[in-house]
Amino acid sequence: MNKSKSFWIGIVLSLVIYGVFQFLIEGEIVNDFVTDTLILIGINVILAVSLNLINGITGQFSIGHAGFMSVGAYISAIITVKQGLPFPLALVCGGIVAALAGLLIGIPSLRLKGDYLAIATLGFGEIIRIVWLNTDYVGGASGLSGISKETNWTWIFVCVVLTVVVIQNFVNSTHGRACISVRENEIAAEAMGINTTKYKVMAFTIGAFFAGIAGALSAHNFYIIQPTSFNFIKSFEILVIVVLGGLGSTTGSILAAVLLTLLFTYLQDWPEIRMIIYSIILILTMIFRPKGLMGTREFSFKSLKKKGDQHGTTHTAS
Amino acid sequence: MALAMGMVAGCGSQSTSSQGSSGDNGSTIKIGADLELTGGQASYGTSALKGIQLAAEEINNAGGINGKKIEIVQADDSSKPEESTRAAQKLISQDKVVAIIGTSTSTNTLAAVQVVQDKKIPMITPTATNAKVTVNNGKVNSYVFRACFIDPFQGSVMANFATQNLKAKTAVVYIDTSSDYSKGLAKSFEDTFKKNGGQILSEESYQQNDSDFKVVLTRIKERNPDVIYVPGYYNEVGKIVKQAREMGIKAPFMGGDGWDAPQLVDIAGKENLNNTFISNHYAADDPDPVIQKFVSAFKTKYGSAPDGFAVLGYDAMNMLADAIKRAGSADPSKIRDALEATKDFKAVTGTLTLDQNHDPIKAATILEFKDGKEVFKTKVNPQ
Amino acid sequence: MDYIIQQFINGISVGSIYALIALGYTMVYGIIKLINFAHGDVFMIGAFVSFYAVTLLHLGFIPSLLISMAACALVGVIIERTAYKPLRNASRIAVLITAIGVSFLLENGGIFAVGAQPKGFPELIHKTQYTIFGNVTIDSIQIMILAVTVILMILLQYIVHYTKIGKAMRAVSYDMEAARLMGINVDSTISATFAIGSALAAAAGVIFGMTYNSIDPLMGIIPGLKAFVAAVLGGIGIIPGALVGGLVLGVLETAVSSVGYSLWRDGVAFAILILILIFKPSGLFGKNVREKV
Repeated sequence: MNKSKSFWIGIVLSLVIYGVFQFLIEGEIVNDFVTDTLILIGINVILAVSLNLINGITGQFSIGHAGFMSVGAYISAIITVKQGLPFPLALVCGGIVAALAGLLIGIPSLRLKGDYLAIATLGFGEIIRIVWLNTDYVGGASGLSGISKETNWTWIFVCVVLTVVVIQNFVNSTHGRACISVRENEIAAEAMGINTTKYKVMAFTIGAFFAGIAGALSAHNFYIIQPTSFNFIKSFEILVIVVLGGLGSTTGSILAAVLLTLLFTYLQDWPEIRMIIYSIILILTMIFRPKGLMGTREFSFKSLKKKGDQHGTTHTAS
Repeated sequence: MALAMGMVAGCGSQSTSSQGSSGDNGSTIKIGADLELTGGQASYGTSALKGIQLAAEEINNAGGINGKKIEIVQADDSSKPEESTRAAQKLISQDKVVAIIGTSTSTNTLAAVQVVQDKKIPMITPTATNAKVTVNNGKVNSYVFRACFIDPFQGSVMANFATQNLKAKTAVVYIDTSSDYSKGLAKSFEDTFKKNGGQILSEESYQQNDSDFKVVLTRIKERNPDVIYVPGYYNEVGKIVKQAREMGIKAPFMGGDGWDAPQLVDIAGKENLNNTFISNHYAADDPDPVIQKFVSAFKTKYGSAPDGFAVLGYDAMNMLADAIKRAGSADPSKIRDALEATKDFKAVTGTLTLDQNHDPIKAATILEFKDGKEVFKTKVNPQ
Repeated sequence: MDYIIQQFINGISVGSIYALIALGYTMVYGIIKLINFAHGDVFMIGAFVSFYAVTLLHLGFIPSLLISMAACALVGVIIERTAYKPLRNASRIAVLITAIGVSFLLENGGIFAVGAQPKGFPELIHKTQYTIFGNVTIDSIQIMILAVTVILMILLQYIVHYTKIGKAMRAVSYDMEAARLMGINVDSTISATFAIGSALAAAAGVIFGMTYNSIDPLMGIIPGLKAFVAAVLGGIGIIPGALVGGLVLGVLETAVSSVGYSLWRDGVAFAILILILIFKPSGLFGKNVREKV
């Protein structure tokens, strides 16, 4: 199976998924909570896939993703609530301003490596949050309320597909290969004439753009945004999805986003212990599958055919 | 794809299983509790839940409402607005509750308001005091009610008390900026205090979960105000009062119902709390049998004294039960109509009537701390 | 002038608590290069153990402090053995995620076990105010915190540089494989590191409880993050750096709050952190190490 063929199969399959759910929602066969869960899954997929581009593909340890998300959320909400402009414009602007933030933060902090970069991105994420906290225009600590609900299954679906397609194509392009080479061995990549800083900033900017989109979608689904929703713990939650799915695997990120959101939703019925179960699952998964569910590999139809083969999707901890 | 199918199957099976027991069918009435059970505000939500459960238990032991038992369905909002929206959505769409009690903070309640409005399910918030919760841009949210008084009332009561009883001319206001509640109280206090001819020397701020307040208290000490108004929650307030007294600040402290918790005395220390005054919904030492019955029942069930959240949770549940009883049915829109007509309802926190904004009109009590005990000082009726 | 000196004293006392927590952070990082996000939660457990030792067993300050240090040393070793040890050869990020998982587990396990409501911490030592001059005051606990922090730092420095276990720690930190080849029991050395680090966190927890009189299961998050910043500021992995980083952070925060910008306090702390990282990535006290090819 060649690349373009599997690409088209993917598109067709996703259209089928879209159609099935659209039918179920329109026909009110599934209730609003299910729709809401689908939307949340979509938002988490976008966040995870975009963070995976930074952390997994390019190998830059970033834990400030919630900061970019908050930029998208706030900018889009300002556009619809304060300026009264339409949602699609807000969505795009949210993404673009978040990308600018990614660029701005990326340039200085990408001089850093490993844990130090992680700490710096965490710091930047917190600073963005503190800026919102101190901006009375957007409600300060109590947040911006009165955001209308614009996000629906169609919007979510379109954005998820766009995110995945754009990021996958980027990864498979020359630029993407360069990013992977940065991850594998930065010094060697530099020696081969790859402008590592350029690619790192590029990954950061694209990742931030989609985080902004996710923020805008989230803001227009939950009626209210508040600085504390975007603290470093939120960044951890996104990071957890990515690592659980397998750093460097886009399909892994999607899989983990779906599974974790569903897990969290089902655990709703046991509020006292749901965070306990969540953390135990997290620890156990890391101990027994330290490379995440998918490792760095991608799920593909090819590998499905070869199931049982030792190069299949199963992987044991090394 | 298999995954997607599994999801459909999963969701489908769950929704069908709960569809069978729709809200008012069978022998139970399902009531949702959308509360902060985990996360940073878990102490508020879990307290409110205790009050709600106690009330439900008492109602059920007395034979239920119109022969039906109450079933409380809990949903955790993790102290996040987005989860609060989802929790409300789940309670309504999946658990088919006929009414919701929640949440305990204004922000999380605001996040759920639109959901209950769209779905036409009545919601009573026990403790969200921000005016926007019930009135949005001058329009009343038809399905949202509350059991507590709103911010402006408490703030102005304390400002008048400061001017008239404490003869204060100057004040410093120390606000928890992460809370709408605190900001609302502070604003109405400042307005009234200035109208009374007082002077606000400065406005200082802290955030939830701060521990060290000495820096700002040193600033306040420099200004030497007649009174210090701290409309916050007991955890931070306790530390503030303690640290202030240790630093030698002797001015009276004043606050609101957020102070009301048995832990406050442990955190602040008995002597330090002397010369502090709060506005509250009720006085725990009030000999009124309704209050005494509640306090002793709460202590028997949970082994600790109730705080302000628990009392209002208890009242919210009873208000709702009263409305269902009067409606004669567990139909959400009938409950809504009955709630709107709530009049002279005898709650633990006083006899209340809901006004046209769905906010209760009830008296505020001013308490003074004496050797760690809340002592009744005076009662202020709304104008 | 009195005002400035008073605020400086306030800053030092906040900073010494950060420093105390940062000592454990920095030690664990120094040996196994793990940002142990659960450190703040071990600090919380320390506070709760001594709370129950005092309220249920009616013990005094010193015995309850020792019990809580011992209990947390044990907790630290258990965490290391069950959650981190199986990941010794896994990527750093996997261990980091596990640490976050442990942190969530301790916080929510704490809420489950003792409830989310804050508890008032009993007064163990009577607080006495001393007036230095004019309006400047300092209390006995503030003096005690600084003293305890400095003593523990010196003790730690001694352990790391002059004892056998300290030598083993340094060897493991330098090169784990080589240390193993030289006959050093790497696992027990790492466990010892966690035991000491966690005991320090417990001491900080008890002192925090005594200072602020209020403890709850989520109390470790903010001080934990601050201590982490302090550790990085001083050069993570360097013991005297933790002390200096903590004090610098405390004084800085105080300076920002004392001029009336208390809401920007954390923002300034993070901004300084980022500047330090960019211009002197190894912290105030760190040595720049060129990456080996």
